Amino acid sequence: MRRWALGALGAGVLAWPWVAPRYFVFLASLILVNAVVAIGLNLLSGYTNQLSFGHAGFLAIGAYAAALLTIHAPAIPVVVTLLLGGAITAVVGLAFGVPCLRLGGLYLSMATLAFGFVVAEVILNLDALTRGADGLRVPAGRIAGWALSTDTARYYLAAAVTAVLVAGAVNLTRTRVGRAFLAIRESEVAAQASGVSLAAYRTAAFGVSAFYTGVAGGLFAFVVGYLSPDAFDVFLSVDFVVMIILGGLGSVPGSIMGAAVVTVLHDWLAAFQNFRPLIFGAILIACMLFMPGGMARALRPLGRR
Amino acid sequence: MALVSVEDLSIVFGGLAALSGVTLEVDEGEIFALIGPNGAGKTTVFNVLSGLYRPSAGRIAYAGEDLLRLAPHEIARRGVGRTFQNTEVFRQLSALDNVLIGEHARLRSGVWSGALALPWVRREEAAARQRALGLLGRLGLGEAAGVEAGSLPLGSQKRLEIARALASEPRLLLLDEPAGGLNPTETRALMAVICSLRDELGLTIMVVEHDMDLVMSISDRIAVLDYGRKIAEGKPREIAADPVVIEAYLGRDEGGA
Ligand SMILES: Nc1ncnc2c1ncn2[C@@H]1O[C@H](COP(=O)(O)OP(=O)(O)O)[C@@H](O)[C@H]1O
Ligand SMILES: [Mg+2]
Repeated sequence: MRRWALGALGAGVLAWPWVAPRYFVFLASLILVNAVVAIGLNLLSGYTNQLSFGHAGFLAIGAYAAALLTIHAPAIPVVVTLLLGGAITAVVGLAFGVPCLRLGGLYLSMATLAFGFVVAEVILNLDALTRGADGLRVPAGRIAGWALSTDTARYYLAAAVTAVLVAGAVNLTRTRVGRAFLAIRESEVAAQASGVSLAAYRTAAFGVSAFYTGVAGGLFAFVVGYLSPDAFDVFLSVDFVVMIILGGLGSVPGSIMGAAVVTVLHDWLAAFQNFRPLIFGAILIACMLFMPGGMARALRPLGRR
Repeated sequence: MALVSVEDLSIVFGGLAALSGVTLEVDEGEIFALIGPNGAGKTTVFNVLSGLYRPSAGRIAYAGEDLLRLAPHEIARRGVGRTFQNTEVFRQLSALDNVLIGEHARLRSGVWSGALALPWVRREEAAARQRALGLLGRLGLGEAAGVEAGSLPLGSQKRLEIARALASEPRLLLLDEPAGGLNPTETRALMAVICSLRDELGLTIMVVEHDMDLVMSISDRIAVLDYGRKIAEGKPREIAADPVVIEAYLGRDEGGA
């Protein structure tokens, strides 16, 4: 059943550009980008219990890093560009995560919130590099001499990268490091008594989370083709939190489902921009009241068959 | 030779001296019980030994090393395993995952090797699973491997904590009220398990326990704490006959142990 479902999902993802109108190919690419962010955020918040309201900041760093690399070093293959963007973001994540070790709960959330604002402000002020509020046009990424200049090409890039990152996250969460993350979430004293270093694994979670979000930022840059600091506002960070709570804290498949639902809802609600916070707030409250554990837990009985 | 020697240990919580000048020596391979009324400071001794509390004064040598310079996870890595009086299982994780986390210090996979599921990581995981299942079986939890730990009955959670502590292959095991909440049958089974850990695995065991039958029958030596002070120490027979102990503790009969 499980294998069959995964196969069907893979076939659907591959076939999508051939059956769906162009706009829906673009939308699917956005879902993939958001799924990668949600997985990254979930590793930090859902697995290690460090809630972040600043992931739009990490996304922006990855996006601008990839865009600037493509502009100034167009010869670099797109996959390498994405990895470099992820690596740069991971370094920022580690540097931010270390001082955050002393902060718990609410204070950590405030620090991440501030981080998001700072990143947007820095992008705005480094206008010699980032063109500030005017925004930055992202040239097509290249791979083996091909320019990824169509929605379909960019979609396949996003799908391939997402597939690899999903597999990586599933593996990670099933092995020693992922269990250490969960142990910290479940009981700090018992985690320590089991030999888990809180500092090391909290920091590692920041690094991994930032890496995922940075790679997603690079994908975002190529998929959307245009970057400006106001795209990475606090509402985007909140959307990511909604994705993982709706999908399920501590679940990789849940992250993907949450990202898909929130991305599609956004698209439907585009005409009602002003009601967005209201609608998403209501979803969040309903989810916490009626579906603790999110979609992942609600759908778990199906996966068992 | 002493595996642990605690010297002149004191700790103060907001004016209250939870421990004052406690000195203990625990020999390798010994089952050493710590008893005393509620609030005597027994759990506090364990919390200092496992690095969770920093004492105000005193020294602790463990296997020739200064224990007080180590962080809690470093102490665990040097072979000090423990359970908790108010169980601290990883509630939302399966019993199997709980024990696998206990194996943390024995395993080697990291972020990259884990994410890539390298062949050696797969082998390591498979072996870790086998060991964890073996430990669950040893503690009578073979059937519970896939069950969420938080939904297990209290007695099973207590045994799960022992399995998790054993997974790190400790040299010193600290058991904080392992029989709390267990029925007499379960308690007898637990006694057999504790003795087998010492006899078969050569562990040194410190146990805090209210159940006097258990304490008297399995301990090699017993120390009695009262208001943060050690008031007696000796073999079970000596303790049972010690007038100071009877006066301060058994006689005061307030449901404490
Ligand atoms: N973290 C703490 N903060 C303040 N007081 C504490 C703390 N831990 C223990 N105590 C106090 O120290 C004394 C000894 O507690 P404890 O070691 O738990 O006793 P027990 O012998 O019952 O295990 C008690 O009075 C308790 O209230
Ligand atoms: Mg106690």
